Amino acid sequence: MNAFLHHYTFEFRTGIRNKQLLLMNYLFPLGFYLMMGFIMPAINPPFRENLIPALVVFGILSATLLGIPDPLVNAREHGIFRSYKINGIPSLSILVIPALTTMLHLVIVGAIITATAPFLFHAPLPMNWLNFVVIFLTMSLACAGLSVLIGVVSPSSRMTVLWSQIIFVPSMLLGGLMLPYSALPDIAGKFAQLLPATQAMNALNGLAMGGSASFSPWGSILALLVSGVLAFGLAVYLFSWDSRNTARRGHPLLALLAFLPYAIGIFLF
Amino acid sequence: MKESMIEVKDFHKTYGDFVAVDRISFDVKHGEIFGLLGPNGAGKTSTLECLEGLRAPNGGSLRVAGMDPVRDGHKLRNLIGVQLQSAGLPESITPNEAMKFFAAYHNVTPRFDLLERLGLDEKRKAQFFELSTGQQRRLALALAIAHNPKVVFLDEPTAGLDVETRVKLHDMMRKLQSGGTTLILATHDMAEAEQMSDRVAIMLQGRIVKVGTPMEITAAGAGLTKISVRTQGTSLSDYDFPAVSQHLFKDEYNIYFSTNIGASITAIIARIEASGDVLIDLRVERPSLEDRFLEITGTGAAQ
Repeated sequence: MNAFLHHYTFEFRTGIRNKQLLLMNYLFPLGFYLMMGFIMPAINPPFRENLIPALVVFGILSATLLGIPDPLVNAREHGIFRSYKINGIPSLSILVIPALTTMLHLVIVGAIITATAPFLFHAPLPMNWLNFVVIFLTMSLACAGLSVLIGVVSPSSRMTVLWSQIIFVPSMLLGGLMLPYSALPDIAGKFAQLLPATQAMNALNGLAMGGSASFSPWGSILALLVSGVLAFGLAVYLFSWDSRNTARRGHPLLALLAFLPYAIGIFLF
Repeated sequence: MKESMIEVKDFHKTYGDFVAVDRISFDVKHGEIFGLLGPNGAGKTSTLECLEGLRAPNGGSLRVAGMDPVRDGHKLRNLIGVQLQSAGLPESITPNEAMKFFAAYHNVTPRFDLLERLGLDEKRKAQFFELSTGQQRRLALALAIAHNPKVVFLDEPTAGLDVETRVKLHDMMRKLQSGGTTLILATHDMAEAEQMSDRVAIMLQGRIVKVGTPMEITAAGAGLTKISVRTQGTSLSDYDFPAVSQHLFKDEYNIYFSTNIGASITAIIARIEASGDVLIDLRVERPSLEDRFLEITGTGAAQ
C-alpha cells in the first residue's frame, strides 16, 4: 500500500510537472472549453444544452488518448520499465497507476467545467448527478484503458500519435460532441457507435442531462465498462518490459478486441 | 573457501541465429569485485541481463545468491541491486521521490543518507533531467544499493564522469565490498577494472577467453616491460642490451621493450657506470591490463 501511494503521488505530480501532460490534462481541455463556450452558443444556441457533457467528454479524450500513451512508450524506450522490473515494480502498477492519476486530473477538470459553465455560459447542469458521475467514471475508465493499450502495443512514439488520433479525431467529429448523433447519416452513426465518446454522449444525454438517447443508454454504459476492463486486461497481457526485448505473449492486433463490446452493442442496442 | 554468490554453467544465449553468448562458465565469490570485460558485442550485456533476470537464457544454468534469476525473479529483486548504464528513471522524478519510491517497493526505509554520502544532498528536490550525468549515475548507484542487496551489478558505472565523481564512486564500491557485498563490474575502462576488480573475465565473441586476477592476466601475456632511461650523456646510444626486443629514442629518453627486466636493467646500469655517464631518470612500466586486453582481443596488433 505504501508503495502504491508513493507511486501514485509521483505519477500525479508528473501530470502537473510535465509540460506535455499539463497541456493535455488541463490547458487544452480548459482552453477548448472556454473557446467553445464563448463561440458555439452564439453560432449554434442548442449547443448550450450539451456544453457540459461535450466538454467533459472532450477533457477525458484529451487527457487519456493524447496524454497517457506517449509517456508509456517513452518509458519503455528509455529503459525505465527495465529499471522498474529490476526493482520489483509490477506491470499492473505501471499500467494502472498512470490511468488512475489521470482520472484524478479529470475529476478536477470535470469539476471546474461543471461548476463554471452555468455562470459563464448559462449551460444547464445535469439533472441526475449520480448518473452523471457514473457515466463520467465509466467513460474515463474506457478511455484510460484504450490509451494504456495504445501505449503498450505502439512500437514507437510516432505510431502512438497515429493510433491515438485514429480514435481522437473521429470522436470529435462523430462522437456527438459538436454535432448530435441523430444528425449523422445511418452508416456514419453505426461507425460512430464504435467510439467511446459516442457511447458516453448517448448515456449522458439519456440518463444525466434530461435529454433523449439515440440508442440504449444503459447498453452504452455496459459497453464502456466492459471495453475498459477488457482494454486493461489486454494491456497487462500484451505488456512488454523492454523495446529491445520484443517477445510478448500475444500479437498486438489482439488490442482490437477492446472494441468488441461496442461492435456487439451495435447489434444488441 | 568463500561461497559462490554467482554461478554460471554452460550459459548460452541466442537471438535468432545469432549466438550472443556461447556456453560460458564462471563463478563469483561472496564479497568479490568481479570485472566483466570485452569489446562491444562480446556478450557482456546479454550475460548481465540474464543474471539480472531481464532476459531468459537459452541454455545452461544461472544462479544468483542461490536463486534462478528467471524462476525466482520476484524473490531475487530484493537480493540484487542494478545500476543500469542508462539510469532508467522518469525525467520528472526527484532524488527524494525516487528514493522513497524504490524503497517502498523493496519494503525498506528510504536511505536518504546515501544521497548525502554521494553528494546529492543539495539536489534532492531537483528533477532527474536537471541533474548532471555524474549526479544521475550517483543517484542510480544510491538507488541500487538502498535496499542493502547481496549482489550489485554495475554497468559502466563511471563512463563519462569527472575524476572527483569517479573517486567517490570507487570509494563507495570499496565500502560495499568491505561490507560483504558482491559486485559485478562491466566496464570498458581497463584502468578501472585493474584497480577495482579482484578478478576479471575477458569476453570475446560470446566466449570467456581469460579469467583471473588482473595480475595473473597481465603476467600471462607476451607483453613486454617498458624501460625508459634518461642520462646526462650519450652512453646508451647505439648500444644493444640483453632481452631488449625494441629500442626507441623519444623526448630525451631511451625506451627499451624488454622480455627480461632484470637482465636488461642490470646491463643498462652497468653500461652507464662504465661510461662515466650520469643517470637522471629510470622508469619501469609493466604491461597493463589494457595492453593484455588488446593483445587478447587482437586489437593491439592494429595499434
